[in-house]
Amino acid sequence: MSTLFADRPVWAERPSLPARAAKNTTLAAIAVVIIFPLYIVVLTSLSPASAVNSAGGLVLVPQGISFQAYADLFSGGVVTRAVLVSLGVTAVGTAVSLAATILAAYGLSQTGSLWHRPLLFAVLLTFLFAPGMIPLYLLVSNVGLIDSYWSLILPTAVNAFNLVVMRAFFMNLPGEISDSARVDGASEWTILTRLVLPMSKGVTAVIGLFYAVGYWNAFFNAILYINDNSKWPLQLILRQYVQQGQQLSSNSVIGDAVQGTASAPNLAIQMAIVVVALVPVTFVYPLVQKHFTKGVIIGAVKG
Amino acid sequence: MTDRADSSGGTTAPPAPRSAAPATGSGGRGGPDGGRGGRGDRTPRLPGRRGTGAPRPRRRSLRSRLRRDWQLLLMTLPAIALLAVFHYTPTLGNIIAFQDYNPWDGVIGSPWVGFSQFERLFTDARFWSAAGNTLMIAAIQLVFFFPIPIGLAILLDSVLSPRMRLLLQSIVYMPHFFSWVLVVTLFQQILGGAGLFSQILRQNGYAPLDVMTNPDAFLFVVTSQMIWKDAGWGTIIFLAALAAINQNLYESAAVDGAGRWRRMWHITLPGLRPVIILLLILKLGDILNVGFEQFYLQRDAFGANVSEVLDTFIYHQTLVTGNFSAGAVAGLVKGIVGLILIVLANKLAHRMGENGIYRRS
Repeated sequence: MSTLFADRPVWAERPSLPARAAKNTTLAAIAVVIIFPLYIVVLTSLSPASAVNSAGGLVLVPQGISFQAYADLFSGGVVTRAVLVSLGVTAVGTAVSLAATILAAYGLSQTGSLWHRPLLFAVLLTFLFAPGMIPLYLLVSNVGLIDSYWSLILPTAVNAFNLVVMRAFFMNLPGEISDSARVDGASEWTILTRLVLPMSKGVTAVIGLFYAVGYWNAFFNAILYINDNSKWPLQLILRQYVQQGQQLSSNSVIGDAVQGTASAPNLAIQMAIVVVALVPVTFVYPLVQKHFTKGVIIGAVKG
Repeated sequence: MTDRADSSGGTTAPPAPRSAAPATGSGGRGGPDGGRGGRGDRTPRLPGRRGTGAPRPRRRSLRSRLRRDWQLLLMTLPAIALLAVFHYTPTLGNIIAFQDYNPWDGVIGSPWVGFSQFERLFTDARFWSAAGNTLMIAAIQLVFFFPIPIGLAILLDSVLSPRMRLLLQSIVYMPHFFSWVLVVTLFQQILGGAGLFSQILRQNGYAPLDVMTNPDAFLFVVTSQMIWKDAGWGTIIFLAALAAINQNLYESAAVDGAGRWRRMWHITLPGLRPVIILLLILKLGDILNVGFEQFYLQRDAFGANVSEVLDTFIYHQTLVTGNFSAGAVAGLVKGIVGLILIVLANKLAHRMGENGIYRRS
């Protein structure tokens, strides 16, 4: 553990052994509390029926490996469809949100432009109040979006907070290059795509992650707006078959191809659904994490 | 509507922004408008460009400004349109709180009933129970959740190896990105009646213990879930504040013989104080929003008595019973009280010399 103390400043005394032990134990315990549930979920989803049965539930110690649960899930049943729905909504939604947010953030970053103040004010005012669940539901229903995938995208497409963070970032970019491009007759669109965006990869990645995670995790808007359960996103499937424990075998969760043949134990399938809901987030987020400090803290946090 | 930076003619950069300006987006430079008071006042502008540079006519016609700025307006349009349709229009839709709304007659055809929906709401014991639960949960969050990210940030900040620190940060931030369904499911798998904890009890000859349906354990369970999910993420802002503390202060304190704890008390905590105060105040303004999905998901398991919060009450009032006006009125009351709380919280913030989410106008 000596690397832990690599750069101790010269004036700081080295903490006593018990203090160091207490600190390291605390940090290790925190890491374990976060990782342990994920570990047993992944392990159980990958365990063969014999291991799940002998453990009498969740598997703590690896006893063989089996991908049967995943094979069942992705054989064309409800879960396959839900994963496709969630992926589609996340991809389209993130694209729509990022486009609208970047454009408006840039459009509002030029102070002194026409109607800049009232438009900005209209964006900022949304911080102070939410429209309320019921009127929003009635609106979505009145514009005919019930049971449409767009109901999962459009109502949450623009997040004023993300917009303001992005705008602040654009305003902190050096303006001289844009100014000279403008003098040379470049259009605003060219300035945005050729000059501003290449300098804003980090903040775009972070805001994109926020939007993507929001769409992937969205649960309640689907409860409200999607009645047709063949259009359910993954989070609703997760709730129905795992949290509420509805039996899988009696439904077409697993595809017709494997029905009747030996399938993975129920618990393993449930845990596999959890893993499927978990994996995209856990894999995408470390790629973006290095931008958190730059993109988010600079833009958002230094209140 | 003319914009002030432009109509102020030959004066220099506009001072502080006058609009509502969330400090959160300000990059620490005093509101989104701050920092650079218009791009134009740094370099001399060409005539006909934006900004407040002097060699410009005092007032430009709308048409010429439109010709100059139409691209920017077009870019802003999609987002504004989305907000107009999905934020402002439904906000106006709250008018059905004064109606006995039914979907067939719509807003136009439904009968107006004045404040009778409000009367019904205020005499509904379930509403007061939901309000009580919301305040209780908010209080618990304030006492038991709020200090944890501060302590955790100080702990993480004391890890000196950059790689170790990055690893730990990656781990503690991660649960923030999990959905509530996932978090509740994970808790169920560990603490529920069929979960790991009960499984171990059973295998050792004890009776299983289902924490996840015990109303007495509700506050404990939801607070643990919040801590598990968001305490790590909450450290970001404190880590930024810790990084901003002048390291020389620590050095001179150490040279003067101040020990580890005295340095923390006299340097670290005062350094964090503005952020702590700001977040506390913001939390006060946000006290009615304790979260929604978390409670919705566990309402059946723990029972409405303990787990019904205002948002779930609104949902069950309406979309289960079909009485839209009853739900809208509860939402409107919550929204208005929330707005008042935000304004009061910001007044408090300004009084304490902080920015709040908007600046004093």
